[in-house]
Amino acid sequence: MTDKHMSSQFDAELSGISTRVLEMGGLVESQVAQAIYALTHFGGDVATQVIEAELRVNQMEMDIDADLSSIIARRQPTARDLRLLIAISKTIGNLERVGDEAARIARTVQRLINSGVSTRLRLPVSDVSFEASLATASLRKALDAFARLDVGVALEVIKHDNAIDAEFDGLMRKLITYMMEDPRTISASIDLVFVAKAIERVGDHAKNLAEQVIYIVKGTDVRHNTPERVEDIIK
Amino acid sequence: MDAKVSNAAPVRSKLSVRNLNFYYGKFHALKNVNMELPEKKVTAFIGPSGCGKSTLLRTFNRMFELYPEQRAEGEILLDGQNILKSKEDVSLIRAKVGMVFQKPTPFPMSIYDNIAFGVKLFENLSRAEMDERVEWALKKAALWNEVKDKLNQSGSGLSGGQQQRLCIARGIAIKPEVLLLDEPCSALDPISTGKIEELIHELKDDYTVLIVTHNMQQAARCSDYTAYMYLGELIEFGPTTDLFMKPKKTETEDYITGRFG
Repeated sequence: MTDKHMSSQFDAELSGISTRVLEMGGLVESQVAQAIYALTHFGGDVATQVIEAELRVNQMEMDIDADLSSIIARRQPTARDLRLLIAISKTIGNLERVGDEAARIARTVQRLINSGVSTRLRLPVSDVSFEASLATASLRKALDAFARLDVGVALEVIKHDNAIDAEFDGLMRKLITYMMEDPRTISASIDLVFVAKAIERVGDHAKNLAEQVIYIVKGTDVRHNTPERVEDIIK
Repeated sequence: MDAKVSNAAPVRSKLSVRNLNFYYGKFHALKNVNMELPEKKVTAFIGPSGCGKSTLLRTFNRMFELYPEQRAEGEILLDGQNILKSKEDVSLIRAKVGMVFQKPTPFPMSIYDNIAFGVKLFENLSRAEMDERVEWALKKAALWNEVKDKLNQSGSGLSGGQQQRLCIARGIAIKPEVLLLDEPCSALDPISTGKIEELIHELKDDYTVLIVTHNMQQAARCSDYTAYMYLGELIEFGPTTDLFMKPKKTETEDYITGRFG
């Protein structure tokens, strides 16, 4: 398939908007990484930066949305061009929510710091950090799949989501044990439960992104299917 | 547009095209076209200039026979009857398969007579019946309100959009079964185009409508099925939503997304 439109301006608009989706993706990815850094190092300043970045993410979502409307109104895109724009509309919604989750984690870190809980309490922070590394890797892979329109990589992300969910379940059990052993950790542990849940949601958003990549390339809506079923569908 | 058309029960085929080949002298203009055109649906033909879509349309009422060096091979079945081999008078076939052209072609006579003219060839109606028929056709073509007070004025005094709707009224006045529209809106402004498209939507309750258009968005807006043709071949034919959202062939996708050329 030729990649060039007769209208080079249209090409420029489509590649421009895709680039900005990736920029937005890069920003929320670093937001999540920074939020986790703030958690593991009890870094209040970093947490503040994450919360401030949310405004930029929100603005990017609105700007890209405005451009989407404009392209649809002026170009009347069809087939894969239309699918790309619809997928971008959903993708940026997901990315914006990843940003929200990062900010949620950062606010929890601020609360932990303000409540005086610091390293003196034994908490499974490194397990949270591990879950976060799985989720950010998925997010990066999903963005990579979008950049290269790679269905294979998208499928890996979808399959990988189960591992993140399993890690989240394991972490829950661990936190419950901590709370039973030492009731003084209950308040902080509940905060970590919310952090773990936020990270698990980041993984879900990465999976949603990957599903949109498959929609762009194959034209098939694979949402609400098991990974095995998705693999069958895209064969 | 009937979005669920692909899931609906198979619709009855009004016209069947079987192994159709068409020649302008030595030039092979249609190459082994096979398709089933569904009854009481709108089918749009799209493709670049010279792809054969108008040629195909003109075989459905044997319009090409006006030119001796043009010939069609294969079969076109209208309700099972091969119209290419039919012994029936060609004007009777054209009464069943009406046609509207790119440029409005009102006859140089009054609005009333423009419509009555064709009817008189096939039916013997009383004055009252004819009045009724003219009114019916003009109403059907969404023109009645604009011309009811000037039926005796010349048809060529109307605007382009009105003239085209007059031609459609003339086409449906003889109650055809199939209506062929060859670029019916290409000479019209967006408002008139909108009225014609609205009309096409209503006509499909009673007629099988086939429309050739260069305007892909028009095909997307007003057809149930779309056929993409290229260099005399039928490349892809299917429900319009499928063709514009997820075409099966790369050639179709390149054309409709503007990657053609």
